Amino acid sequence: MKKVYINSIASVSAQKTFDNAEFLNDFIDHEGIEIPVVNPNYKDFIPPAAARRMAKGIKMSIVASKIALQEAELEAVDAIITGTGMGCLRDSEKFLSTLIDNDEQYLTPTSFIQSTHNTVGGQVALELQCKGYNFTYVHSSNSFESALVDAKMQLAANEENTILVGGVDEIGEHTFKLQELVGHVKVKPVKVSELLNSKTSGAVYGEGANFFVLSNEKQESSYAQLMAVKMYNTLPKEALSETIKAFLSANELQVEDIDLLVLGCNGDIEFDDYYDILGEGGFNETQQAYYKHISGEFNTASSFGFWLASKVLKLQTLPDLVKLNDIKSSDFKTVLLYNQYRGENHSFTLLKQC
Amino acid sequence: MDALKQELKEFIIEQLNLEDIEVKDIANDDALFGDGLGLDSIDALELIVMLDKNYGIKLTDPKQGRAIFESIDTMAAYITANRTN
Repeated sequence: MKKVYINSIASVSAQKTFDNAEFLNDFIDHEGIEIPVVNPNYKDFIPPAAARRMAKGIKMSIVASKIALQEAELEAVDAIITGTGMGCLRDSEKFLSTLIDNDEQYLTPTSFIQSTHNTVGGQVALELQCKGYNFTYVHSSNSFESALVDAKMQLAANEENTILVGGVDEIGEHTFKLQELVGHVKVKPVKVSELLNSKTSGAVYGEGANFFVLSNEKQESSYAQLMAVKMYNTLPKEALSETIKAFLSANELQVEDIDLLVLGCNGDIEFDDYYDILGEGGFNETQQAYYKHISGEFNTASSFGFWLASKVLKLQTLPDLVKLNDIKSSDFKTVLLYNQYRGENHSFTLLKQC
Repeated sequence: MDALKQELKEFIIEQLNLEDIEVKDIANDDALFGDGLGLDSIDALELIVMLDKNYGIKLTDPKQGRAIFESIDTMAAYITANRTN
């Protein structure tokens, strides 16, 4: 089986991450219950005629895809695999609202065309002129990891050589209100730098697109090696520690071998105790980082964690604003990511310096 | 008629997301499709729905669209002659 490398990364997020020359240099301390992305100049990447029908999720994804290909020094990829929890949410909302408001009359095509989950993958393929394998995974907070698993298997089996893998979600106004109604969003605005000190339930929501070129050929630009990904739809708290140890053991590793544990804590006191089990338990002597105060919470926020871990492994530095404890690793060789959302859809992702 | 033409231009810009175009950029006799404003077949569907919703005009023969949607002038003339609301 071939090894799988992360050859390039690209991120459009609530911080200025689309510039790969920077690494969280200027932190924007957003305050709110939802945080918007820092928009790149979309016109630099997408012709205006094409952009006018594109939803925000599509635009963010195309920018991230083009940056990723540019960094990997590629004109094309063999396949595109996208993970998204909610797809093009705004167009879905627009189409359904029109359906209701106009009594099922006067339905226009644009929002309907763009209301499917796989619109992003299709539009990215059109922009990159990629006629290869194109697949979209929709699996809540395991959507991105599902895409990763597919890509890893195909590259390891040498079925493809370069695959663009991404995670994308956009905030939809109506859906956000529903999430507020069911208590999934924090009631009071918080400064994101104080997210973990809020001691309240719910999350601060966000949006973003994080894309990566994965390949079975290492190159100069490579960030890390993707060692393993494992997902669980349900995982009881009491089984978490043993399960993650078994995951490490399957990869011939122990807790002591992990130089950095990247956790998906989002400041929700109802569910962050999953992370505490690891952070304060078996990994209490491991350096830890978190990222959802930067990205906000969304179904594919873990793709931002993947971006962060890749960057740390390549640059061998960890920005202060993502540090979760005071322990310092001498260097970063092996990084473990753990994410879950509201106690479901857990994932372990293992990256190694290359 | 001038008010209708203004209304049509505003609708086209807003509904079809022509971000960099203003009302003053569209002349009444500019071609809306092809080399003119560059609208395409999906835009044509949006315009057909707009005729029905805003002016009560149902286009039964899609071939009619080509002549009706040639320019703001032709659209305004057709709407004035056929509108039911």
